[in-house]
Amino acid sequence: MRSGRLVSATAGAAVLALGLAACGGSGDTGDTSDGSTGGEDMAGGDVEVFTWWAAGSEKAGLDALVGVFEEQHPDFTFVNGAVAGGAGSAAKDLLQSRLQAGDPPDTFQAHAGAELQDYIDAAQIEDVSALYDEFGLTDAFPPDLVDRLTTEDGAIYSVPSNIHRANVVWANPTVLEDAGLDPAAEYADLDAWYEALDAVQESGATALSIATTWTQVHLLETVLLSTLGPEAYTGLWDGSTDWEGPEVTAALEHFERLMGYTNGDRDGLDWPDATQQVIDGDAGFNVMGDWAEAAFQEAGSMAPDDYVYFPVPGTDGEFDFLADSFTMPVGAPNPDGTRAWLDTAGSTEGQEAFNKAKGSIPARTDADTSDFSEYQQTAVEAFASDTIVSSLAHGAATPVATLNAISDATSKFTTGASDLATFQSELAAATM
Amino acid sequence: MRHRLRRFGAPLLLLAPSLILLAVFVYGLIAANFRTSITDNHTAAQATGQQPVTTVWFENYVALLGSDDFQHSLTNLVLFTVAFLVGTMVMGFGWAWMLDKPDRGEGFFRSIYLFPMAVSFVASGVVWRWLLNSNQGEGASGLNRLFQMVGLDFLQNNWWNNITFGILAIALPAIWQLSGYVMALFLAGFRGIPDELREAARVDGAREWQLYRLVLFPQLSPIALSALIIIGHMSLKSFDLIMSISKPANYQTKVPAVDMYVFKSSFNYADAAAVGTILLVIVALVVVPYLVRTHKAEKR
Repeated sequence: MRSGRLVSATAGAAVLALGLAACGGSGDTGDTSDGSTGGEDMAGGDVEVFTWWAAGSEKAGLDALVGVFEEQHPDFTFVNGAVAGGAGSAAKDLLQSRLQAGDPPDTFQAHAGAELQDYIDAAQIEDVSALYDEFGLTDAFPPDLVDRLTTEDGAIYSVPSNIHRANVVWANPTVLEDAGLDPAAEYADLDAWYEALDAVQESGATALSIATTWTQVHLLETVLLSTLGPEAYTGLWDGSTDWEGPEVTAALEHFERLMGYTNGDRDGLDWPDATQQVIDGDAGFNVMGDWAEAAFQEAGSMAPDDYVYFPVPGTDGEFDFLADSFTMPVGAPNPDGTRAWLDTAGSTEGQEAFNKAKGSIPARTDADTSDFSEYQQTAVEAFASDTIVSSLAHGAATPVATLNAISDATSKFTTGASDLATFQSELAAATM
Repeated sequence: MRHRLRRFGAPLLLLAPSLILLAVFVYGLIAANFRTSITDNHTAAQATGQQPVTTVWFENYVALLGSDDFQHSLTNLVLFTVAFLVGTMVMGFGWAWMLDKPDRGEGFFRSIYLFPMAVSFVASGVVWRWLLNSNQGEGASGLNRLFQMVGLDFLQNNWWNNITFGILAIALPAIWQLSGYVMALFLAGFRGIPDELREAARVDGAREWQLYRLVLFPQLSPIALSALIIIGHMSLKSFDLIMSISKPANYQTKVPAVDMYVFKSSFNYADAAAVGTILLVIVALVVVPYLVRTHKAEKR
């Protein structure tokens, strides 16, 4: 009796599994047949663009970019492969399995820079440097940026669609005034900033709002940049700066001190919660990339009355960049479609439309940004004149495995499970 | 021979699809997972065959089990499982014992206690993340705020953000969700005991406590064992609840399942597979003796 029930249960599960397999199978064949009809001869067909831009300003940006794409390449049909959830982690998981199964989309979104290294090593994406020449991108992007995108053997693996700046402090002027501070004040270095942080803390508000581990890594990178300077900071990622050295120790001490000003519930929050604390006047300062600008806009805040922003103290004249970019996967079903999409993503019109909606800035220096928001204008100016360095927390500086190891070490340190010396040696081990 | 074929042929044929599916998708994949775990497949390049993969046998296991971080995950897992088991067993048994008595209201309370099980771990995880907010004092919210409102300020704590015992806070929602299920199991156990036995015991002069200890509890022990096994293996595999309250990178709430996820997203397939195998072995340690026991009991 009992074993009979077991058997029927197993059989039921098996039938279910078969059904699922059948669904998956039919979906797959649908994709490939669509793709191959497009890719075989002349231009046209579907172009599946895989992103994690599924909501908010990111979705608006993607829609704007698609509008330009349909104008520039009317033969092709845009297929939205956006996957929502987990700030891109759900999309990356799916992408990982699709690439390994040999079923790539026509192009996918990835952070430009070292995060692409895994895909390059796995021979999953193509060198697109020929397209840079064809589309004239080499001269349109700032030389600093092209340097950062080019690998050691002279290849470039993606076309950046937008640029974000990571080293920005956002502050609530009302909270600062209540603490007896001048909201328009600029802080030359971290030591000068501590006085302001102390003042805000004494006034009863959270001095520096922060969220879960990745935002702590984000803070760590800006502190490293502020303390070490752009050259030594960049050296951390190519091995020319010693992680065990006294300069890094000094930077980590700064980081430890800054973490002392932060909110206790940080590990349960994500960046919008931390930025919201500044918007609501619960916190004085927040270090976040300039996508926070969109959060202030959505809340109806206006600079400089409702919020102010400035580069992280000690990083003035430095632009800690990260970029979303599009790739050409090996074995893309419709390579002509991929080329058309990359053309649009890198084009002046495409970058203007996309970035205006998303709140980031164009990678091209020749784009017309006169109708961009006030913050965006300052970022455009800084991007053209500042020293550009690569962001750690957002995949520009290191491959994923290194970033994960650094995140683990950072979480261990900020929860108090390791001391500064252990933290430093774990960071050194992570980047080896 | 022919007779045998006639006797076993048809059932075998009927069973074949499920047997084949099980062989491929369960046991085949376990074997493939183990195969990956004894290689040095630590990078994306190796996973796609761009770089050679060599067999390193148990090196990954030795390295993992020897690392402080993984030991921390295992400790968390043990703490979580003990709290989860004790919590659900005590609550579940207590409720079942109370509901065993009254004539009225049983159906109502049974539904109330069982209901949390209908909520997905992810949904309840989000709510409990708010309840278990670690802010204290002025900025407090959730349970800490509740403690303040009822004047129990000293109970405020940082919940799952405690480095050593934070994981116990995550056992709270787990207990909240599964206690009702354990209650249902025990209630079925109580109902399975014929009234004649109780009456006979009372006639023999057994006091209430003696009735429970000598007559009812022994008959509930198979139920208790099933409940332990079911909750135990769920606890060992816990991932969704922890992920929706905390985040994968948070050190204080790491468990092996979270490590496995992080390794996988770092393209470190060998270590991810090794963690998977370790988890499977731990679960097997719990489940296999139970299966052996049930098998023996059925034969008898």
